[in-house]
Amino acid sequence: MRKAFNKTLLEIAREDSRINLVLADIGYGEIEPFANEFPNRYYNVGVAEQNMTGVACGLGMEGNIAVTYSIANFPTLRCLEQIRNDVCYHDANVKIVIIGGGVSYGPLGVSHHSTEDLAIMRALPNIVVMAPCDIPEAIAATHAMIEHDGPVYYRCGYKNEPNIHNGAIDFKLGKAITVEEGDDLTLFFVGPIGIEAKKAAEAARKRGIKTRLVSMHTIKPIDREAIVAAARETGKIITVEEHNLSGGLGSAVAEVLADEGALDVKFKRMAFPDIYVGEVGSQEWLRSLYNLDAAGIEKEIYAICGV
Amino acid sequence: MGYGKYKEFADKIRKDCLYMCNVGASGHIGSMLSSADLIAVLYEKILNVDPNYPDDPDRDRFILSKGHAGAVVYAALAEKGFFPKEWMGTYYCDNGKLMGHISHHVPGVEYSTGSLGHGLPVCCGKALALKKQKKESRIICLMSDGDCNEGSTWEAIMFAAQTGLDNLTAIVDYNHIQALGFTKDIINLKGLTSKVAQFGWGVVDIDGHNYQEIEEALSHLPLEKGKPTFIVAHTVKGKGVSFLENTVASHYAHISDELLEKALQEIGD
Repeated sequence: MRKAFNKTLLEIAREDSRINLVLADIGYGEIEPFANEFPNRYYNVGVAEQNMTGVACGLGMEGNIAVTYSIANFPTLRCLEQIRNDVCYHDANVKIVIIGGGVSYGPLGVSHHSTEDLAIMRALPNIVVMAPCDIPEAIAATHAMIEHDGPVYYRCGYKNEPNIHNGAIDFKLGKAITVEEGDDLTLFFVGPIGIEAKKAAEAARKRGIKTRLVSMHTIKPIDREAIVAAARETGKIITVEEHNLSGGLGSAVAEVLADEGALDVKFKRMAFPDIYVGEVGSQEWLRSLYNLDAAGIEKEIYAICGV
Repeated sequence: MGYGKYKEFADKIRKDCLYMCNVGASGHIGSMLSSADLIAVLYEKILNVDPNYPDDPDRDRFILSKGHAGAVVYAALAEKGFFPKEWMGTYYCDNGKLMGHISHHVPGVEYSTGSLGHGLPVCCGKALALKKQKKESRIICLMSDGDCNEGSTWEAIMFAAQTGLDNLTAIVDYNHIQALGFTKDIINLKGLTSKVAQFGWGVVDIDGHNYQEIEEALSHLPLEKGKPTFIVAHTVKGKGVSFLENTVASHYAHISDELLEKALQEIGD
């Protein structure tokens, strides 16, 4: 997905001279084409994420689109106050891109796990929060990010994540995409972990349970209509995210259900259980360890359906 | 030329600041007064900014990184006609026009700050952008001693030198006092000028209350071609009001009606 992102950004940058890439010495093997083609729109500030974000803000306020880019929490939590006070408060045209959402960098350890980012970014006014699930979504989200005038947080996958969508997608900021129709329950997912949700839904379908599978690629603004419709039409909702339990997709969906009085619903949030993922292992292994793989999700489908 | 107009303007904005701190029952008067002479020269002579065209793309960009001294910039902007002087009577008050830390919601204010260490990185971004647009605009950042404690300031110092941002000037209002005490007892900034020179900036020390020195330094930017400029302005916290001068207490001092009267008398007409 990161390759698709970088390729798409480069293509857009060829047409849009406002785009500047601001790095903090991360992106080896990925950013060189942009750096070589647009040396005057490429800045490596060194290992200095606060300055990266401040510089991007200054660029963004003077008619440019500034894209900051790093891995995991480096361009978010390290410089959170710059994102809040500088970028978001001034509504600067800055895009904050992370590579490796969730536990993409599994065995590198907790410092490289981005498992609170959705909650923290979502808490800031003036920012759009996106996490595409597969390469078609990643490409569409990159275009949407640049077209949106203002701060955007873009949580990108790390590797060649499999496609989740079955065909062409109609991607709009803040508008969930239904991958599969169904009326027994709704499975909302965000990001590449959606492949586990898809496999679980397919397995359950063989046992006669029709899951509505929905990609919530934009966490903020969130698609309230899709959530209310899911509650009213399916009566059961499971959320799946590669994120801590607090404040992410599950919390966002729960807020909408409460706000809209759509509480007559069975509801389950699947996420890391408010812990740091301290075990050593790949993304897939860690998902399975915390029951966030297809088998774990399938079990929750049966549990919520009472079968 | 004479420097009387600077003194006159500085006196005005010092009095405005005292008045605002009294109205708002708010602090940071010491930090405002130490900057007043720098601000006077900037707004009287140096900055290309126009109250009739505050968003002029060719304007100079002035960012106050020491946002807690925002009232000294509000005062200068009010005196220059960016907004009605009456607004100063609402400083820090309920439904007021002017918040305690400098705000871009106020006409003429380039940028909001309040947490230290934010100004210089943003100025670097603006300096890069305006250089690429081949604009003559200068980017000037006024910082405090406390700003120089922040790591982000040093990240920006390294970056500005690396990228040769000679349209960028940082001024430190070096009043030697921060929130809880004298800088020498907290984080000693001794040798600041030479340290920044070592990082690759053009540097100069000036007396931040000497109009001739301030004007001289700011009239010949950049100090060195191809390098950003760092001006260490040696100042006195609380300058102009004897009972506030060089005191730690002046950082948070409350300006009561009685103190206001006493202070205004000292500054005179």
